[in-house]
Amino acid sequence: MIHGIAMGCIALGIVFFFGATVGLLRFPDFYSRVHAAGKGDTLSSMLMLFGLGVLVLEDGHAADILVFIKIMMICVFVFLTSPTTTHALTDAGYAAGVKPWDRGEHE
Amino acid sequence: MRLFLNASGLIMFILMTAILYRVARGPTVIDRIVSANMIGTKTTVLLVIIGSLFSRVEMYVDFALTYALLNFIGSIAAAKFFQHRRLSPEHDEEVL
Amino acid sequence: MIDPMGSEHRDVAKQRIYPKIWMFCVCMLTWVVFSGLFDPFHLSLGVISSLIVTWAGTDILFPDDQSKPPSVAFSLGFVPYLAWLLYKIILANLHVFRLALAPDVKHRIEPSIIKFKTNLKSDFAKFILANSITLTPGTVTIRIEDNEFVVHAIDSVAAEGLQSEMELRVAKLFGEVP
Repeated sequence: MIHGIAMGCIALGIVFFFGATVGLLRFPDFYSRVHAAGKGDTLSSMLMLFGLGVLVLEDGHAADILVFIKIMMICVFVFLTSPTTTHALTDAGYAAGVKPWDRGEHE
Repeated sequence: MRLFLNASGLIMFILMTAILYRVARGPTVIDRIVSANMIGTKTTVLLVIIGSLFSRVEMYVDFALTYALLNFIGSIAAAKFFQHRRLSPEHDEEVL
Repeated sequence: MIDPMGSEHRDVAKQRIYPKIWMFCVCMLTWVVFSGLFDPFHLSLGVISSLIVTWAGTDILFPDDQSKPPSVAFSLGFVPYLAWLLYKIILANLHVFRLALAPDVKHRIEPSIIKFKTNLKSDFAKFILANSITLTPGTVTIRIEDNEFVVHAIDSVAAEGLQSEMELRVAKLFGEVP
């Protein structure tokens, strides 16, 4: 049961990470790439960390609960900081005057 | 389970290498920082996976947390640096 | 009634002590979780370092003297909001996934930069709104200037349904009129 949940979460995280990577490599301009990086990164990291945290609880020792809480704290930390980093970097790009991609220019 | 963790670690490593293409290619500096930040977040997860493989999660979790903190601070610092750098006109081309 | 100045003075002193207690509890909890040692020696070390951090850092975390620690009802209001946000994040990821794997990606996306004004007052509410916009499908917050949000939308569908529902929810969460 625990193995099932953990494997499901990690596999789903890898699938979303794959989507984010393909997006990062294929999207045509900086802002679109930020979409892929910001969103895909947050959810896939959180899912995989959650899966690994559940995996830690497998043996049922009392000390493992502390490790589980630590992993969940990394999870919360990623959830709070990832959008903030995305926002700061996009703002830097906007201040630097990066223009959004326009289909008309490239056809 | 070991096999699954090994496989997922390997897949993540391959995908991180793919992101490295965007770091090398650019075209803007901010693109590189975004990609490097993504690799950093994934390294956090990879550290926890390595910890699970070696049955030393309690130790590797601390590394992972430190890495997540450093990654966040590094990206914010880089973003601030390039934001202010653009204000001086002679550095125009470096960011874009 | 008898001593209005005195009671007001006491109130201000009380308001300044609450953030400190709050801060100390957060620091101590973090210490206990990360050390994992419960003997008196390490716990007292934790108390000492938490006191130093509280003394030095409360003004950074709670810059306003008037700010009260969040009430229980306010904290509980976050739970349904977080659940809704998680649902939206999953939708956003599916959206990115579909866009990234589409063979004609350059015909699907239609980037535009939108500016809109918000009526939210407090900085924390704006921060929550900005993070929520970043995590939901198709939109990323670029910057906040006073009460103007600059948002990048990846396609026209995302650009249309942007401000209404999200801002209403955040306003409801903070008890402000949208």
